[in-house]
Amino acid sequence: MSYSMKHLKTRVCSTLAMAVALGLSATAQAEMLIGFSQIGSESGWRTSETASIKAEAERRGIDLKFSDAQQKQENQIKAVRSFIAQGVDGILLAPVVETGWDQVLKEAKGAGIPVVLIDRGVDADESLYLTKVASDFVQEGALAAAWLAAETNGVCDVVELQGTVGSSAANDRKEGFESVIGNFPSLSIIRSQSGNFTRSGGKEVMESFLKAENGGKSICAVYAHNDDMALGAVQAIKEAGLKPGEDILVVSIDAVPDIFKAMADGDTNATIELNPHLGGPAFDAIKTAKSGREVPKWIKANGPLYLPDTAAEEYKKRSS
Amino acid sequence: MTSLHTQSEASVQHRQGLPRALMQRQWFAPLGALLLIILCMGVVSPDFLSIRVVDGHLYGSLIDVVHRGSSAALVAVGMAIVIGTRGIDLSVGSVIAISGAVMAVLISETELPPWLIILAAVGSGVLCGLWNGVLVAYLEIQPIISTLILMVAGRGIAQMITGGQIVTFHGEFFEAIGSGYLLGIPWRVLIAAAVILALWLTMRKTALGLFIEAVGGNARASRLAGIDSRGITLLAYVISGVCSAVAGIIIAADIRGADANNAGLWLELDAILAVVLGGAALMGGRFYLGATVIGVLIIQSLTTGILLSGLPSQYTLVVKAGVVLLVLLMQAPEFRRSMAAVLRRRQHED
Repeated sequence: MSYSMKHLKTRVCSTLAMAVALGLSATAQAEMLIGFSQIGSESGWRTSETASIKAEAERRGIDLKFSDAQQKQENQIKAVRSFIAQGVDGILLAPVVETGWDQVLKEAKGAGIPVVLIDRGVDADESLYLTKVASDFVQEGALAAAWLAAETNGVCDVVELQGTVGSSAANDRKEGFESVIGNFPSLSIIRSQSGNFTRSGGKEVMESFLKAENGGKSICAVYAHNDDMALGAVQAIKEAGLKPGEDILVVSIDAVPDIFKAMADGDTNATIELNPHLGGPAFDAIKTAKSGREVPKWIKANGPLYLPDTAAEEYKKRSS
Repeated sequence: MTSLHTQSEASVQHRQGLPRALMQRQWFAPLGALLLIILCMGVVSPDFLSIRVVDGHLYGSLIDVVHRGSSAALVAVGMAIVIGTRGIDLSVGSVIAISGAVMAVLISETELPPWLIILAAVGSGVLCGLWNGVLVAYLEIQPIISTLILMVAGRGIAQMITGGQIVTFHGEFFEAIGSGYLLGIPWRVLIAAAVILALWLTMRKTALGLFIEAVGGNARASRLAGIDSRGITLLAYVISGVCSAVAGIIIAADIRGADANNAGLWLELDAILAVVLGGAALMGGRFYLGATVIGVLIIQSLTTGILLSGLPSQYTLVVKAGVVLLVLLMQAPEFRRSMAAVLRRRQHED
């Protein structure tokens, strides 16, 4: 008796759910229902990541449930649980921290909902999530070095502005750069210090490099782990009476809007985009998984190298 | 505090060879430490000591030290006055972010004349100081808590003003503040020096400094003696707010942009450290503006010197902490006494 009642209840519930789902799909004609738990909007880059993923969902006719966690893990866990309760087809999660995700990821797995990590990894078993869609910082550093090697024919004394000591972006961008310049005996890093990823940090460190290296005359190029430090370095170079972009080449990573203005003005020479367009590969991964095929555990979505020739145009596009 | 002071004077009097009056000056030990550090840096990297003239202005690492140190010196001097009232101001970094944000947004979005924009930025510092001062002096919330509120909230306010982006600007006037020169001397150094000199004159040539130390020493006793201790405390926080706001203007002008996330981040710690390096106690009742400025120069010459030396980034903070600890030990009366005792024993053994 109790069994059949329960059975009946389940059937009624699932019929209702189906009806609701049908009704929803009939009105919105959504291809998929996806939940997206974003960290917050602490930087310009993250804002554009959110915008890009929303736009991509709209283009594909995906119904995207967006939740802003305002930098709090508990909000993200709540959001993921509510996505599970809503029976979404997949969850995008940009984790604010690395640890503490096991339980909620298990719940999602138990409900058969694939979770795609966006732009950051977590410290949990690989089987608990479908895949991670993120840039490979090592590859970014390698690309910067490859550009510089080509530009200088492999002969250049480089000063490096590192990011925050110990951050994965700083470690990996350094590693990637070093792995490529190792192939060129006359291309080497002569000085390397941390500018903490900030403009004023980049400027202060660059000032001391210029003083240490004969007023900057023995520096051929600056490699900055992010654009903001490069912009600070550009000012320091100018104040030392040199011409950034000519006397000292400047290459950096991230592709924030301001760097395009600097590039258009001839102050810097190249930037590599930290790709914010992660929606496409993430949705593709969920689709692939739904059709029963394997998905690699890390989908590397690296951005392109931008040079001054397109800078003015890109600046107009990005600053509006 | 008073007993500590006499102890340190007593231990100083042990040594002979240097004129006693000179050694008793508050700034003597910090200045000695500063000169020693500069000398050591000069030995490690000889470039550190060279000063040249480039494009008609002074150029060199020592110039960088005063150049970079000017904003921190402003903040530290404000902090010294607050600490003199037995308080502390943790919000200075956030006030820097706010004043920089106000300035950058006004420059990039309005056509206001520069002096009005400067006034608005300084005004934001006055408001922040009033807020802190009212919480501490009139609502009697502990200074560390009341200024913590603005330390946390202030950065959020700055981010709201800038819309979470780094707001950049251009303009000759403000670029000059950041990196211009007058007669070969950086403008920002002149601005900081003028503000600090004005404060020193107000504190030491009027009774105000004495009132602040009286309030810090014993607020109740000073009230009974007829000092408006609440008003004095409020004024100290306003002064600190104004100092931080001016520092914020300099820092934003330096990078031609307001970075609400990072401008002045952790500067409160450097400022407190500078005050302590200058020989003041966090218990209040005493403050030394000149020695505080020397404290800032100690920290800044360490930073600049370490950058120049090429020491790998991951060791920078440890080395800095080690040197600071040494300087503090040199100033600690207890340590000095035991070192003097050790030296005397050695002499006896010889």
